[in-house]
Amino acid sequence: MEKFEKLKSQAIPLPIENIDTDQIIPARFLKATNKVGFGENLFRDWRFNKDGSENESFVFNNNKYSGKILVAGDNFGCGSSREHAAWALTDYGFKVVISSYFADIFKGNALNNGLLPIQVSPETLKAVFNAIEENANTELIVNLEDQTFEVANTDIKESFDIDAYKKMCLINGYDDIDFLVSKREKIEAFEASRKF
Amino acid sequence: MEKKTLFDKVWDAHVVDTVENGPQILYIDKHLIHEVTSPQAFAELEERNIPVFRKDQIVATADHNVPTKDQHLPIQDLLSKKQVEMLTENCNKQGITLYGLGHPYQGIVHVMAPELGITQPGMTMVCGDSHTSTHGAFGTIAFGIGTSQVAQVFASQCLLLSKPKSMRITVNGKLKNGVLPKDVILYIIAKLGTNSGTGYFVEYAGDVFKDMTMEGRMTVCNMSIEMGARGGMIAPDETTFEYVKGREFAPEGDAFDQKVAYWKTLPTDEGATFDKEYEFDAADIEPMVTYGTNPGMGIKITDRIPEINDVSFEKSIKYMGFEKGEKLLGKPINYVFVGSCTNSRIEDFRTAAAYIKGKQKADNVTALIVPGSQQVAKQIKAEGLQDIFEAAGFEIRQSGCSACLGMNEDKIPAGEYCVSTSNRNFEGRQGPGARTILASPLVAVATAIAGKIVDVSKEIEEEELVIA
Repeated sequence: MEKFEKLKSQAIPLPIENIDTDQIIPARFLKATNKVGFGENLFRDWRFNKDGSENESFVFNNNKYSGKILVAGDNFGCGSSREHAAWALTDYGFKVVISSYFADIFKGNALNNGLLPIQVSPETLKAVFNAIEENANTELIVNLEDQTFEVANTDIKESFDIDAYKKMCLINGYDDIDFLVSKREKIEAFEASRKF
Repeated sequence: MEKKTLFDKVWDAHVVDTVENGPQILYIDKHLIHEVTSPQAFAELEERNIPVFRKDQIVATADHNVPTKDQHLPIQDLLSKKQVEMLTENCNKQGITLYGLGHPYQGIVHVMAPELGITQPGMTMVCGDSHTSTHGAFGTIAFGIGTSQVAQVFASQCLLLSKPKSMRITVNGKLKNGVLPKDVILYIIAKLGTNSGTGYFVEYAGDVFKDMTMEGRMTVCNMSIEMGARGGMIAPDETTFEYVKGREFAPEGDAFDQKVAYWKTLPTDEGATFDKEYEFDAADIEPMVTYGTNPGMGIKITDRIPEINDVSFEKSIKYMGFEKGEKLLGKPINYVFVGSCTNSRIEDFRTAAAYIKGKQKADNVTALIVPGSQQVAKQIKAEGLQDIFEAAGFEIRQSGCSACLGMNEDKIPAGEYCVSTSNRNFEGRQGPGARTILASPLVAVATAIAGKIVDVSKEIEEEELVIA
């Protein structure tokens, strides 16, 4: 997993609530047996028209907006557990998703793929959308070590929560498998001690 | 003594260790896998040269991506074929039990495991599928995981997790005739909202769940994730023990009695506290339908779509082709789907057949019946339900996830409405542009017969049918 420390980037705004993982990556694109290339079909049915042409009204197809940060409406990533949603977002180039609420499974999947989900207050989320709407070149600054998020050249700044262990994993590029494998002896002892 | 909830008891019994200032290491008893979310996990292990730690605690089946027609023939879609073959290859290589296509136990993973007695009270169970919450019906901690976590369980039979908060939803009273478990959970989600359960594990309590069959409890727990909860549980009781007893992988004789003695200690202690509590009255619940693009957007079948001024709400209604304040009653419907891990068990088809018997589906309707497993399909035949469905013009398919998520050929055409017994009405869930209306099996088949959405309570009253 890639290490994550700091990021300064423009952002793409998607002010829609309850974006589910079926929108992030529709089920018909889950047939691959590896993790690469899912970015191509990220938000497939919103990005493209039925005939395969680009849907110009969708924000991803608007040249004004770019960046490694996705700013999305409340309850992002609800629905299916498909980790393909996290793979599609990272494959497309995103490093951070900002929302006022994340669904549990998506949040875990994102963290396991070096994609940082940052939960901000609904007021801050609104302020970020407004700032980007006013100026598409607005830059957002994320500092994982300090657990802070800010909008450059404004007074919009908030600290965010992250599990200390997960933070350590992201900063060092570690994942859970190595950690769990290192605990096998303890796991075997637990198995031997069980009554039921 | 400390008062504990059902969830606390099962969770605490599975904690291997606690990371300082971090998550806990939770031991997983059963790991179910399928073809779509496992290949990358197997590849991950292989790349790191890590063996599967406890292969005997893993059971595999092919369900998400399989055709529901001609399952004895090679799969036509080459990508699907490769995915299913890869599951077989990986299972063979690792010595994992696989109920693949053609096996008499094959089926939707959340139908197959309970009916074989793999699911038992007090266990921890995971699967790379969010509807793993289904197994909570047995008093099991069961939840969906991502593929990275599938790899973690392969490698260690454990997961790193922070203990979720607890919520209890109590529904007391008696359900009205024609109100099914699906209506109960759609009602709860409509009341609480699609993200109300995020960060929580839910316990369903009260008369309504006590009186429910195991099939009904599974339908309820199945949709816990649709309010954002990782899982839902119901305290194990005599109904649970009776269901598990005698099934293929259930303990037998003394071993079973010992288990039952333990399972009886699991229900929430009197006086235990929850982080959040809700209470509802069974008498307020009626047959439900959804009108929007998340499962929280549900109304009583006789109600009107609410008038809410909000961009996301309006986007959703527009996608569905509905207007604010409109009734769904009388809407012509061309597609009906009875299936999915929510409603494809034998009881669902018994209910459907009881209503359909002697009737004909409307000419405009394509009605699909997709049994949840090979065993359910066999039962449908043995009980004569298949004859009833066929005589009424319904099409019976072979088992799989089918039109619930439209990964295979079973898709609803763009712009068409489908009254579906599945669990998600997201945009395009049943095929690009498809419009899903979630409902109980009873509402679904009544729609198929009438060719439009009808007030099912009235219909069964006129016929004096008792369906509960």
